[in-house]
Amino acid sequence: MSSQISAAPAQNSSPVDWWKYLLLAVILLVVLPLALDIFRLNLIGKYLTYAFVAIGLVLCWGCGGILSLGQGVFFGLGGYCMAMFLKLEASNPEATAIQSTPGIPDFMDWNQLTELPWFWQPFHSLSFTLLAVIAVPVIFAFIIGVAMFTRRVGGVYFAIITQAIAAILTILIIGQQGYTGGVNGITDLRTFVGWDIRTESAQYLLYFVNVALLFACLFAALYIKRCKLGRLLVAMREKEDRVRFSGYNVASFKIFVFCIGAAFAAIGGAMFTLQVGFMSPSFVGIVPSIEMVIFCAVGGRLSLLGAVYGTLLVNLAKTSFSESFPELWLFAMGALFIGVVLAFPDGLAGLYQTYIQPWFKHFINREKVGLTPPAPIPEKTTTPAKEPVASSLSSSLEESRNVPA
Amino acid sequence: MSQLNQKTSDKDFVLSVEGLTVSFDGFKAVDDLSLYVEEQEIRVIIGPNGAGKTTVLDLICGRTKATEGSIKFKKKELTRLKEHQIVHAGVGRKFQTPSIYEDLSVFENLEISYPRGRNVWGALTFKRDQQVQDKILEIAEMVFLTDKLHDQADLLSHGQKQWLEIGMLLIQDPELLMLDEPVAGMSVAERKQTAELLQSITKQRSVLVIEHDMQFVEDIADRVTVLHQGKVLSEGSMQRVKNDPKVIEVYLGH
Ligand SMILES: Nc1ncnc2c1ncn2[C@@H]1O[C@H](COP(=O)(O)OP(=O)(O)O)[C@@H](O)[C@H]1O
Ligand SMILES: [Mg+2]
Repeated sequence: MSSQISAAPAQNSSPVDWWKYLLLAVILLVVLPLALDIFRLNLIGKYLTYAFVAIGLVLCWGCGGILSLGQGVFFGLGGYCMAMFLKLEASNPEATAIQSTPGIPDFMDWNQLTELPWFWQPFHSLSFTLLAVIAVPVIFAFIIGVAMFTRRVGGVYFAIITQAIAAILTILIIGQQGYTGGVNGITDLRTFVGWDIRTESAQYLLYFVNVALLFACLFAALYIKRCKLGRLLVAMREKEDRVRFSGYNVASFKIFVFCIGAAFAAIGGAMFTLQVGFMSPSFVGIVPSIEMVIFCAVGGRLSLLGAVYGTLLVNLAKTSFSESFPELWLFAMGALFIGVVLAFPDGLAGLYQTYIQPWFKHFINREKVGLTPPAPIPEKTTTPAKEPVASSLSSSLEESRNVPA
Repeated sequence: MSQLNQKTSDKDFVLSVEGLTVSFDGFKAVDDLSLYVEEQEIRVIIGPNGAGKTTVLDLICGRTKATEGSIKFKKKELTRLKEHQIVHAGVGRKFQTPSIYEDLSVFENLEISYPRGRNVWGALTFKRDQQVQDKILEIAEMVFLTDKLHDQADLLSHGQKQWLEIGMLLIQDPELLMLDEPVAGMSVAERKQTAELLQSITKQRSVLVIEHDMQFVEDIADRVTVLHQGKVLSEGSMQRVKNDPKVIEVYLGH
């Protein structure tokens, strides 16, 4: 009996399809670097930094039902922390000798600042910066989480509040030009600990570091999704009260997953700054935050891999589309979102499971049927070849109801 | 009433509720209610719709905050605790409509209710070991769901969902089990099974049940409390309550 249980077929306990992760790794680490020039590969690298946010949203929104429309805040905070470090390095006294106050970032000089503000000081240190890239967004998420979730603010209210926070932070960054670089953001970043990040070789290396970090986040998210905490998130999404009256402090789990989402977004933001060479408020506010939710929804909000593919595809579409009809892109994006939500609530991952996976299984099973010696089970030898195929097809159709990996 | 006052020494009581009042915008859904439940007792609360029965359970389990009064569970004051702390103290509660996780399997529903790994770190490091599996099997058997263990919970019948939720409470092993209309929507056969189930589980705990089905009440109740407009109208054995003219007038009469 117990052996039957350890092989529990329930959704979250089904084995991980590792080949899907391998396939993604091959695409990102082999196919794309070989097929694309560095300019386009760098563009893919930029898109992938948004995938960090989308993965976090799979946990928060897909599993836990916590819809945050303000993930750009954490992406931006992570990105700004990195940008501050790079900017200080680019603003050494020699390079800024023509300024009225040499040694401070150029935009500060333009805004009549005569010394580096106190909160910029620690960003001279690399180790502080690496810590701050994660810690600042996570602490901010923790404060928001405690304020909202212990008061049981959820659902639409939470979404609206996170959106308001994104708007406020954008306004703050734009308004405090002397401290933040304002609407242009922090630009003209050159070196990372003396290493020129604008060269081709640096961009290649950063791309691979980015993919490696993305996989680290994917595996962390996969672990969370498949452990008891992941099932608790689903349970909370469905029947929050039942979870509470089973003895769980619901708020603490929500705070945790919100902070995880913030940490992922922050890593993405920092990698964005490194690869693209600047950070600006246009990646913090309402529009980018909503776009990130759309990436996640298109990929399938329950699927970690779907989030990565969704992010890539929507961004590729955006790039090609907005080259030809820039003014139409926002409408196309809105239409895409409505279409996905109404027609394909499980996004690309859902489409894969309904249409492609059965076909795969059908194909694989047919191979197996052909290979297995028919002797041991006499019944099967007498059945015409068609039937096992048909039954395997229908059984895999049933399985396709399962939550994507 | 004098009999009740003697009992306030709360020595033998698992649960003693005293002077409990809750007012929703001036409307007193529960009004100066006192209630004492003994160890291993099955107490049934009956009363017409809107009498405040569900609200009493809400107050005990911390879902609603009391305006006045005290709720003592094993000498612990519950009115000051958070919901999950009340659960940790040993109070389990079943909701009026089956409240289970329909996207998860029966096994996973029971597993989530298993009282281990209840904080973030515990949930991250939780292992589905033999002890957990054995307990889940044991409970599944008690609530007649052994062969449904790996079905998704939304495929269960209404009655089976009710049992699953009872199972989810049993696996917590609470000392006080509160059930809100556990047999509502069940067939006659299922009701009988449920009555037997309740009788078998009360050996280690006290049970507080809200129910409408009089046959079922007679089958299981040690004592019955009749609630009317937030107040106790009558209390005692089913026989006594049934013949109480006040009860006949407001409740059983029509
Ligand atoms: N949260 C609430 N806010 C306002 N009124 C409530 C609330 N909960 C219950 N009530 C009212 O209290 C009364 C008792 O409800 P309830 O305890 O559900 O009765 P029942 O005995 O049928 O379970 C009803 O009139 C109900 O409308
Ligand atoms: Mg009720």
